[in-house]
Amino acid sequence: MEAIDLQLARETVQKALQAGATAADCILRTEEELNLTVRLGQVETLQQARSSGLGLRIFHHRRVAITSTSDLSWPSIERLIAETLDLARLMSEDPSAGLPDPAWIQGEPKDLQLWDSDGLSLPQEKKLDLVRTAEQAALDYDPRITNSEGASFSQVDRKTCLASSAGFEGEYRSSLFSLSATPVAGADGQLQRDFWFTESRRFQELDSPEEVGRIAAARALRRLGARRVKTQEVPVVFEPLPASSLLDEIFNAASGSAIYRKASFFTGKLGSRVAAPQVTVIDSGSRPGGLGSRPFDDEGILTRTTHIIVDGVLESYLCDSYAARKLDLHPTGNASRSLAAPPRVAANNLYLKPGPARPTEILASVSNGFYLTDLIGFGVNLVTGDYSRGASGHWIENGRLSHPVEEVTVAGNLNRMLVELVEIGNDLEFRTPIASPTLKIARMTVSGE
Amino acid sequence: MSEHQGFFQDHYNITARAVEKVLSAALKRGGDFADLYFEYAVQEAINLEESLVKGTSKNIAQGVGVRVVSGDKTGYAYTEELTPDKMLQAARTASLIAQERSGTGPVSVDGPRGPEQQLYASSRPLVEFDAATKLDLMNRADRAARGYDPRIKEVQVSLSSEIRIVSIANSQGFWITDYRPLCRMMVVCIAQDGASRQVGNQGGGGRSGLEFFDSKPPEYFAHQAARQALIQLDAREAPAGSLEVILGTGWPGILLHEAVGHGLEADFNRKKISAFSGLIGQRVASELCTVVDDGTLPLRRGSLNVDDEGTPTHSTVLIENGILRGYMQDRLSARLMKAELTGNGRRQSYAHIPMPRMTNTFMPPGPHSKDEIISSVRFGLYAVSFGGGQVDITNGKFVFSASEAYLIEDGKITAPVRGATLIGNGPDVLTKVTMVGNDLQLDEGVGFCGKHGQLIPVGVGLPTVKVRSLTVGGTSV
Repeated sequence: MEAIDLQLARETVQKALQAGATAADCILRTEEELNLTVRLGQVETLQQARSSGLGLRIFHHRRVAITSTSDLSWPSIERLIAETLDLARLMSEDPSAGLPDPAWIQGEPKDLQLWDSDGLSLPQEKKLDLVRTAEQAALDYDPRITNSEGASFSQVDRKTCLASSAGFEGEYRSSLFSLSATPVAGADGQLQRDFWFTESRRFQELDSPEEVGRIAAARALRRLGARRVKTQEVPVVFEPLPASSLLDEIFNAASGSAIYRKASFFTGKLGSRVAAPQVTVIDSGSRPGGLGSRPFDDEGILTRTTHIIVDGVLESYLCDSYAARKLDLHPTGNASRSLAAPPRVAANNLYLKPGPARPTEILASVSNGFYLTDLIGFGVNLVTGDYSRGASGHWIENGRLSHPVEEVTVAGNLNRMLVELVEIGNDLEFRTPIASPTLKIARMTVSGE
Repeated sequence: MSEHQGFFQDHYNITARAVEKVLSAALKRGGDFADLYFEYAVQEAINLEESLVKGTSKNIAQGVGVRVVSGDKTGYAYTEELTPDKMLQAARTASLIAQERSGTGPVSVDGPRGPEQQLYASSRPLVEFDAATKLDLMNRADRAARGYDPRIKEVQVSLSSEIRIVSIANSQGFWITDYRPLCRMMVVCIAQDGASRQVGNQGGGGRSGLEFFDSKPPEYFAHQAARQALIQLDAREAPAGSLEVILGTGWPGILLHEAVGHGLEADFNRKKISAFSGLIGQRVASELCTVVDDGTLPLRRGSLNVDDEGTPTHSTVLIENGILRGYMQDRLSARLMKAELTGNGRRQSYAHIPMPRMTNTFMPPGPHSKDEIISSVRFGLYAVSFGGGQVDITNGKFVFSASEAYLIEDGKITAPVRGATLIGNGPDVLTKVTMVGNDLQLDEGVGFCGKHGQLIPVGVGLPTVKVRSLTVGGTSV
């Protein structure tokens, strides 16, 4: 990884300025990845590679173009600079275009302990053992676990360097380890598949493979015997994983890019009550070791903690510098870019503040309702807030789970769902970068028979 | 397109000798099969909003993926540096999957040659045109959308174009190079009337160049997107529950992609984790239904001269008059299942392992007219435009989300309704198809399909189809 460094990014920016750019930034990324999958005890795939690339953004006054390449030789970079500059000149002049204002770039990036060099270099055989153990734990859990789609381990070792003519230079390394298992349960002619996973910046902090396998198996088993229910309006309790997908929609609605395009149901609602008073939603990019943490964003703005919704009131949008300029706000350290595309607004560690209730208490509060454990599909309209997705889970009768449910949809409107978010669990875990505790929505339409 | 066959030789000095050396290294520790997938891609995307061309991005990437298959095991490695050292290193990494046997022996290859099918050879790819030409297309779309109605307040237009030169060599001595253009325009409109805001979108594309817009000009997509947004302004709540559903032509073919397509990909069936496993020869649809996956349709988004393992694409009958006939295969599954190749081995790029994927999946036309289908419904939903879909291939449950739909009351299309997700069960939804229209259309050419994290372009198609009962996820009980 030594070949790719900040010096290369810095010199690329300098050469772009010499060639006629009025501003430029350059992001370099190197990744080394390892993916192992095991199915029914045998290694199924072993994939290993190292890749690196350069993303260049060039401004000619208020016109911008972006290019990327994996050829990091100087002749190639010089050609790229010339071509990018030509492309930029063809664009429209956009008064909001530009690198971050120098005032937005302040402070020193912190070491957020995102890189576990020891874990990365542990022998492959040890990692293969984890995968085998996770799958075997799933297969051994119950005789009704009849098959497996496999178990997998992956690790990524990443280095990111950013240099910007706005006055920022920085680099950091990060690692990500993950382990998952996907068993299949079968009984009475019905097949059900589910999965479980653990993900961490540090190898030692992964959950045990036995636990991953057992939970995956239990999740597949609990689906057996699922059936549809009658169409009705009922309270819906979201398990943490689907609840985090709901939180993702709230993030999308609070993204400054959707706001300035008037493409969000949060447009014009800054400072207004948008959710029940117990709802507080926070994005934090600088939590040490966090799955969504990074010292600075992909425009060089330091990550921070942003309170998006506080006690039900919409307090803040998340912005990259472009959205910030359009909305006359400050960027929040949420710019994210692939090498070949313009920055977009992305969540860092986004979470919904936990409430007082244990999940069992929330279930106990429902006399007739739906415990939603899995969502599929894409039926969310961010402009209107209309929400309609495929779902499965369990029916709740008199505060207890009565039978598994599948092939139903849940529908509502996010505006109303947020206001009717009546209970929040105490079970927040940062299992994914976007994380939520158990949630209860007072009323949604469950559509089935 | 013979000038492209020698691309990797001319630019990277990839000779037959070099290919043989890498393949031999890949099989040094044994293995049944090895292949190399060279790729050179130029991708460009231009975005317009607020009537400004706000930016363009261009990506140039090249690399080679080395795959070694041993039994049902796969070793894979790739490199972006097409040098002898890096390629041999990738081959050695991929070879580690095969450990039990000695080397498979020397490999000799000829070529490369070009594909026999020429499904997109006549085009000059859009990506090669100058920026002014492309910006003109986008500005035309913007003007047309804004001019359609004063209530259209926001318009976004994006234009993506790419070429990919792929060259596939394998240990059976086969080597082929394919040159693949692709383009796609998308228009998104936001309409506002008082406090009510709605969105509409439409797009199109294919494996063709500028001439794509001769038959489908930018104004066509702009008007469709604007019309959809405006219609939504008057939409009422969508119904909830099991209803008769009529699906419109074209993109609603996503029903086939989700309900049966994924479940018929051979890998899931070889592993017996598909809801369709073991159902070959059995009835899974009404007699009116035939479903075909066809990668050979000229200029279509999902078409390929050869798949990403070098196999010529086919027209594969998946369901024939209601009976399940076959699966879509890649080399690994076909060999293990002792089945014929179908040309469905696809991958996102050189950094990805190929697997069975769809190309263009559609239902051939049936006997009924659209009018007779609509007039047969007393109360139901007529869904003409969809967003994305998803399926759980093991329990067979699938969803697809309508973005433009209407109520049918007493045989007539009446009010527009808001978007809603439809959910069904793949192995039996087609048994509930009671009428099939004579009006097959393929989609406009915008679809992506995701599987195990790999995105590829695909097509779908459908005539007007009536489903006796499908669960509609509206809010109106």
